[in-house]
Amino acid sequence: MMPGRVATIALAVAFLPMVVPAHAATIEITMENLVISPAEMSAKVGDTIEWINKDVFVHTATAKNGDFDVNLPPKKSATFVLKKAGVVDYYCRYHPNMKATLKVEP
Amino acid sequence: MFIRWSAAIAAAVLLSSPALLQGASAADKPTDPQIAHIAYTAGVIDINAAKQALKKAKSKDVRTFAEDMVRDHETVNKQALALVKKLNVTPEDNDTSRALSKQASDKLAELDKLSGAAFDKAYVANEVAYHKTVNSALETQLIPSASNAELKGLLQTGLKIFQGHEQHAEHVAAELK
Repeated sequence: MMPGRVATIALAVAFLPMVVPAHAATIEITMENLVISPAEMSAKVGDTIEWINKDVFVHTATAKNGDFDVNLPPKKSATFVLKKAGVVDYYCRYHPNMKATLKVEP
Repeated sequence: MFIRWSAAIAAAVLLSSPALLQGASAADKPTDPQIAHIAYTAGVIDINAAKQALKKAKSKDVRTFAEDMVRDHETVNKQALALVKKLNVTPEDNDTSRALSKQASDKLAELDKLSGAAFDKAYVANEVAYHKTVNSALETQLIPSASNAELKGLLQTGLKIFQGHEQHAEHVAAELK
């Protein structure tokens, strides 16, 4: 192997944490009995939100600002990777009393 | 108590036919098999009304509302059937269920004569009134009377869903004006 290549790989490994942010996490939010909990959640850009629908009803996680519209069949979960910072209010289109907020930090 | 609750729900939906109440059960309050039957019947009534609306309604909002009614009430009724099977309870027909069914078939016939915007308005107005009646019955009579915890829990979930329907129906009704 050429020394230059080793250096390139070493460099790539060294910078890997910058490419894949160390704080990228999966955050679980539950929908049960027509309630989203936690109703308020902080996260960072790059984090994955996993909504877990424990109800027998179809739900959605629909952002008021149009950022996402995730469909959640009964007893299923679905994910969305946060791309933008900001405070996003979301609700279930079928059961609009189900409301929650995501605070997405850069 | 059962007579009073029957009277409350039936009076609200059956203003013109108080005679139907005369055969109401003499029991103090509805039993679990009766409650299961009433709740299931109430769901079927709303599903049938929604299916009629899906055939006749013109407004997109009204159709979306009707689709929500079919989906949610079928889900609740499916749960109810699974629960009575699990509990080995046979839903028991009763005067309240019969009064509700009679009133509902009269309403279907009445709405069937309407079309266009007149149908949409009448359907949504009836949905507001119907959910108000059923929710109030659930809250004040059916839930407190239910003795099985799982049945009570299902009724409570139902109430939460149906309160959302009532708000949704009111919203659609306001938009139609």
